Amino acid sequence: MDHLELTEVRLSRRQVVAAGGAAALTAALAGVFPSIAEAGPKDAKKRLKEIADGRELKKGRISIEAPPYTEYAKQLRIAVEVDSPMDDTDRVKALHILAERNTVPEVASYRFGPTAGKARITTRIRVARTQVLLVAAEMASGSIYLAKGRVKVARGAGGCG
Amino acid sequence: MATTSTGKPPEVKVPRVVSPGEDILIRTKAWHPMETGWRKNHHGETVPRNRIRMFVCTFNGEEVMVADFHSGVSANPYLTFYARVPGPGTFEFKWLADDGAVYRATADVTVAGA
Repeated sequence: MDHLELTEVRLSRRQVVAAGGAAALTAALAGVFPSIAEAGPKDAKKRLKEIADGRELKKGRISIEAPPYTEYAKQLRIAVEVDSPMDDTDRVKALHILAERNTVPEVASYRFGPTAGKARITTRIRVARTQVLLVAAEMASGSIYLAKGRVKVARGAGGCG
Repeated sequence: MATTSTGKPPEVKVPRVVSPGEDILIRTKAWHPMETGWRKNHHGETVPRNRIRMFVCTFNGEEVMVADFHSGVSANPYLTFYARVPGPGTFEFKWLADDGAVYRATADVTVAGA
């Protein structure tokens, strides 16, 4: 009995293939899923380009403190610090945190006002899976610094959704 | 002070006595679920998106920190940062949510020896 049913299923699938239905199905799926599929590093890079606005992304000055491994990705505690005296000559204007493989790669942006102290923030973020965090710091002088930090998330312990 | 959708007022920790020009640590936390709009409840219905999308901290009307939060910020958004104040005054904190709710908190600081 089971064997027969299996054969039937196989036949019907072949008929679908023959009719070109599979191609249509694949197209339909591709049309539906990108909206709910997680974003890739490309989206984060695109956002980074918008932030950079043609300026060169320099290395250094930013330190990211994040646990190398987490089993509770809904609340990942991170600290970001930019090495800057925050005086009139050298200030951090804004800080952007991006998570490459989150559904929405933008995590948070921080703008430092005139009464801000040293450029260090700590917060808790959601990470969908093992991935690279990108932190961009916009300086008042116009230059931009970029730092990357790798976070490992336990299998099946993603923190989004 | 407005309460959040979880019923608790936001929490801020600011030193009461400070000296001018020093970096003072400010710790803030709002009680909010930060719904992403993708989660489903146990009836299978999508829970509408409701995040705190903006946080503003001012000192005597001057900006200290403005933060834009997206879905990647955890529920009960916690944020610490530093301020440098020229003298005594009042910190005002404001959280703006997608559903139009605004949560507020204030903290006064005085200067040591004054």
